Amino acid sequence: MAVVFKKPSTLTDAPLHYCPGCTHGIIHRLVAEAIEELGIDGKTVGVASVGCSVMCYDYFTCDMVQAPHGRAQAVATGIKRARPEDVVFTYQGDGDLAAIGTAETVHAATRGENITVIFVNNAIYGMTGGQMAPTSLPNQVTQTTPYGRDVNTAGYPVRICEMLSTLDGVALAQRVTVDNVKNVNIAKKAIKKAFQNQIEGKGYSIVEVLSTCPTNWGMSPVEALDWLEKNMVPYYPLGVYKDGTKGDRLK
Amino acid sequence: MAEKVLMKGNEALAEAAIQAGCHHFFGYPITPQTELAAYMAKRMPKIGGTYLQAESEIAAVNMVLGAAAAGVRAMTSSSSPGISLKGEGISYMAGSDLPALIINVQRGGPGLGGIQPSQSDYWQATKALGHGDFQILVFAPSTVQEMVDLVSDAFDKADEYRMPAMILADGMLGQMMEPVELPEHKDRKLPEKPWAACGHENKREHNIINSLYLTPNALEDLVRARYERYKIVEEKEQRAEEYRTEDADVIVVAYGASSRVARSAVNKAREAGKKVGLIRPITLWPFPKDAIKRAADHAKELLVVEMSMGQMVDDVRLAAECRVPVHFYGRTGGVIPTPKEILGEIDKLLK
Repeated sequence: MAVVFKKPSTLTDAPLHYCPGCTHGIIHRLVAEAIEELGIDGKTVGVASVGCSVMCYDYFTCDMVQAPHGRAQAVATGIKRARPEDVVFTYQGDGDLAAIGTAETVHAATRGENITVIFVNNAIYGMTGGQMAPTSLPNQVTQTTPYGRDVNTAGYPVRICEMLSTLDGVALAQRVTVDNVKNVNIAKKAIKKAFQNQIEGKGYSIVEVLSTCPTNWGMSPVEALDWLEKNMVPYYPLGVYKDGTKGDRLK
Repeated sequence: MAEKVLMKGNEALAEAAIQAGCHHFFGYPITPQTELAAYMAKRMPKIGGTYLQAESEIAAVNMVLGAAAAGVRAMTSSSSPGISLKGEGISYMAGSDLPALIINVQRGGPGLGGIQPSQSDYWQATKALGHGDFQILVFAPSTVQEMVDLVSDAFDKADEYRMPAMILADGMLGQMMEPVELPEHKDRKLPEKPWAACGHENKREHNIINSLYLTPNALEDLVRARYERYKIVEEKEQRAEEYRTEDADVIVVAYGASSRVARSAVNKAREAGKKVGLIRPITLWPFPKDAIKRAADHAKELLVVEMSMGQMVDDVRLAAECRVPVHFYGRTGGVIPTPKEILGEIDKLLK
């Protein structure tokens, strides 16, 4: 029988630990497919961040480094500067990238580090059990905003792609999601482009993927996809915020 | 033999690191280590190396972590308040068995403290650089030449034992100028690092640099294995200079800048016919217990002199095992003790 669909060779056989309905699995697959299709597994180094995806070092077949919380892009900078011929990517959640790692994110971007950043935004701290994230929506109920996120005391959510797109070091800043087949295909293209940009030396590329957390949102997987579409997408519009080469606006 | 050149301590540290094969420096400005980073900024582009001014000390140390994980010799330098921020990255490097060099040109603390020389980060360097069970190698030079020599040794030992190493200097050593002989330019053969995460080229299994172990027994086993390695380090790598100690009744114990003052005091005491010697720890971890034990066997009094409120004195007491009284004299906050003050303390003990 002909094989029409199989696991990418760039994912290991380790069973994923993610909760049912969590979209990390899809995003892992898209990253693995991009690495496989570009034929770069042997020269890719991934950086795992702290959060649910910390154990992605067991899932990707490329060399992997686990970074301290928020520091993935600093670690990636060190690897890339030491081995410019390698392809270096980070895989980070919203707490890691947009709260504790904000400085590392902004400065890796503005330096135009030639790295690829996969930013999984699910509007909550998943690993520690559902606390408010920098990207939690106004009025969103979490463990630490039990009456809903009050913007007067807890402030407003951070829009990372919009913010980073103002920086001249950025080549690509694109927000995608994986809530349906069409969007998965768009996400796939964006992720592959973010790797391709690095191979071509274009500068910092970030793909923000709006993701679900059924467990901590207290929803079924289907409800979670629906909530993402109705609540997250309006606050975090999908689309391309910067697409070019670092420094191109200065020319 | 190479020619002697007059160099500032901070610049000598930088050049020595380059000569030791370190072509990747990640820093953040702070006084009094400034000249070290400035020297790297000037030299690295000329040798095709990396000088990167990070957005914070935290970012800088994590860039070192990344470069070390990728298998190259990498370093960062800072001064006391900045070293506190590097503690996170150092703990992760220790937990991931990564070799790297961290230089601390100490200044007074706590808090923002001052910018004058101090030795008040001894506890931090030897016992509390970050969370978890771990040690790093700590070298304490007392001359600019020794800074040059120890930078090279620190890189070699860090690679050999796969652990971070620190040069614990201070503002005085960093800022002073002395003649130094730099190692000759030659292509050093650096050790292979088959464990590095630098792309497997489809020739081996993937390497994972990691400090996360969620199974308690697995984590305990790893920490125990690391401590077995530390035991070997403690047996093989203790270093101390014993100066005029053979017949000494009073032995001063001091390292780094304060040992220079202590040596003057010892010489003056000897000129006056007093039997006084000096033990100068060169490694602070592993602490040179054996040298202290030898001293405790024949000296009548030990006098620990530090530019702090007394941090190394605890280790001296532990090593002396109550066989001899251990006294302390210290100045802190950036104040450097004088030979006269130390002589006064020696005379009190000789009475």
